[in-house]
Amino acid sequence: MTNHELRRIASQVRRDIIRQVSACQSGHPGGSLGCADFFTALFFKFLRKKIPFIMEGKDEDLFFLSNGHISPVFYSVLARSGYFPVQELSSFRKINSRLQGHPTTHEGLPGIRVSSGSLGQGLSVALGAALGKRIDHDKGLVFVLTGDGELQEGQIWEAMMASAHFKADNLIAIVDWNGQQIDGPNDKVMSLGDLEEKWKSFGWQVLHMNGNDMDEVVSQIQKAIDLSRNTKPTVILMKTIMGFGVDFMMGTHKWHGVAPNAEQTQIALNQLEETLGDY
Amino acid sequence: MANWDIFESTRKVATRNGFGEGLLEAGRKNNQVVALCADLIGSLKMDAFEKEFQDRFFQVGIAEANMMGIAAGLATIGKIPFTGTFANFSTGRVYDQIRQSIAYSNKNVKICASHAGLTLGEDGATHQILEDIGMMKMLPGMTVINPADASQTKAATLALVDHHGPAYLRFGRPDWPVFLENQKFEIGKAIRLKEGNDISIFATGHMLWQALEAVRLLEKEGIDCELINIHTIKPLDIDAILNSVRKTNKVVSCEEHQRNGGLGDGIAQLLALYHPSPMEFVAVNDSFGESGKPLELLDKYGLGILDVVNAVKKVINR
Repeated sequence: MTNHELRRIASQVRRDIIRQVSACQSGHPGGSLGCADFFTALFFKFLRKKIPFIMEGKDEDLFFLSNGHISPVFYSVLARSGYFPVQELSSFRKINSRLQGHPTTHEGLPGIRVSSGSLGQGLSVALGAALGKRIDHDKGLVFVLTGDGELQEGQIWEAMMASAHFKADNLIAIVDWNGQQIDGPNDKVMSLGDLEEKWKSFGWQVLHMNGNDMDEVVSQIQKAIDLSRNTKPTVILMKTIMGFGVDFMMGTHKWHGVAPNAEQTQIALNQLEETLGDY
Repeated sequence: MANWDIFESTRKVATRNGFGEGLLEAGRKNNQVVALCADLIGSLKMDAFEKEFQDRFFQVGIAEANMMGIAAGLATIGKIPFTGTFANFSTGRVYDQIRQSIAYSNKNVKICASHAGLTLGEDGATHQILEDIGMMKMLPGMTVINPADASQTKAATLALVDHHGPAYLRFGRPDWPVFLENQKFEIGKAIRLKEGNDISIFATGHMLWQALEAVRLLEKEGIDCELINIHTIKPLDIDAILNSVRKTNKVVSCEEHQRNGGLGDGIAQLLALYHPSPMEFVAVNDSFGESGKPLELLDKYGLGILDVVNAVKKVINR
């Protein structure tokens, strides 16, 4: 798949995000839009996955979403990858839906391997899956995405320490470093300090990427994969712009957890080409 | 149950030793079994498993939240993880991790918790958790087991290998009488130690032995107790409880736990729905524990043998 094709899919994913959040007037568009390029590249170019979904994922690459509130982007790529019907995106956050506000295995939605939403837990879960795969001499890699504000949770640092201790070199973490959280910029709420030095000092290989430049996303994910199986876990510090792709949502925490109204929805959709057909 | 005199004890072994033996056997029986420990291998008696299955054992350090997450990840790909730490750190400290990553995610994780209750002894109230059964039984889908002696703890550990779904196994620190060696163990099936007509006593964990000693004293006074071991607090053996209480119409529950949220609560709720009956609760009454020797503590906090005797008499005299 070419980067041009990935960009076209990402545009549709962004439309799906806006339409899901708009339809139920609830959800988190900002972080979802910022991560759309990463999700698209990972699911459409890199992840070795089997459909229909098998929870254990033997010899597959696994993906865990730790910052579960960006569920709209996750649901979009899962549906567009064929895990479940695209039309089901219309049930997001509505009663009797498998597309819960935060992702869960509880309703049996294919593609979800653990519930997330309460922050800070996903890196530990991904580490567990990576350690299990090592016991089984499994060929798959384990990817996990965390938010940046989420790094304020102590459990993340427990998992960072343990990942290096266990030499989990089949584990690739990505941090969505958009610099924003609910109450404002990270630096104002609780400064994250020198993230590169922190991850390095915990024993990780550290890569950087612009998460909203598809060429760079593709090359850096490939680089992370190339660096795996090398006695150390790898993290990609992914700079993104919250709300990327919709001009009035970009670069502010105000759209972290707010849905656009009908007029704003139309303005947003006018900025995003429909490439795969809306659901 | 023709002869209840078989429930004698000639030796004392800590329930945690039963866990260690059961875990080793579980590892031999099923190669998907893995174990994790948060810097308490000796206390949890996990040494033998660690030695024999080095590649299936994870020392995670003093990081219980991370341990629960790792266990959830291991379960995701098909492993059967047994986590080991003190009951306090197995529940209250990591409740949200258990709730989201294990219970709500329906992961096949076995949360194995030692040093529960007052009988932890000298370390005092910081470590003597008395709220764990309540916390764990409130989680949808969570199985909760509190074995009464080392042999039952071993049997419960082994039974959990073939039981799919999240489970909490609660056991303790002190050497304790072994008296259930020949009993069949089945998750969710109560064990009747003695038939009787005057009152139903339901006991779990260490308190089963206390209740048994009380029943012997009461027998001498002509009170004919029925004694039932509820090792599985969730799901409750509803039939065993109702069948007994329909006969006796009087109830005492015994547990090393807060009265709020424990076994007695569950039985009272059941009886309120189906067979309201006079009941007494032998349990800690809204209090923290303190340092001391196990038996001293049980006596001080109303969990002594005579406390069971008095509870029975109180119900009978109502």
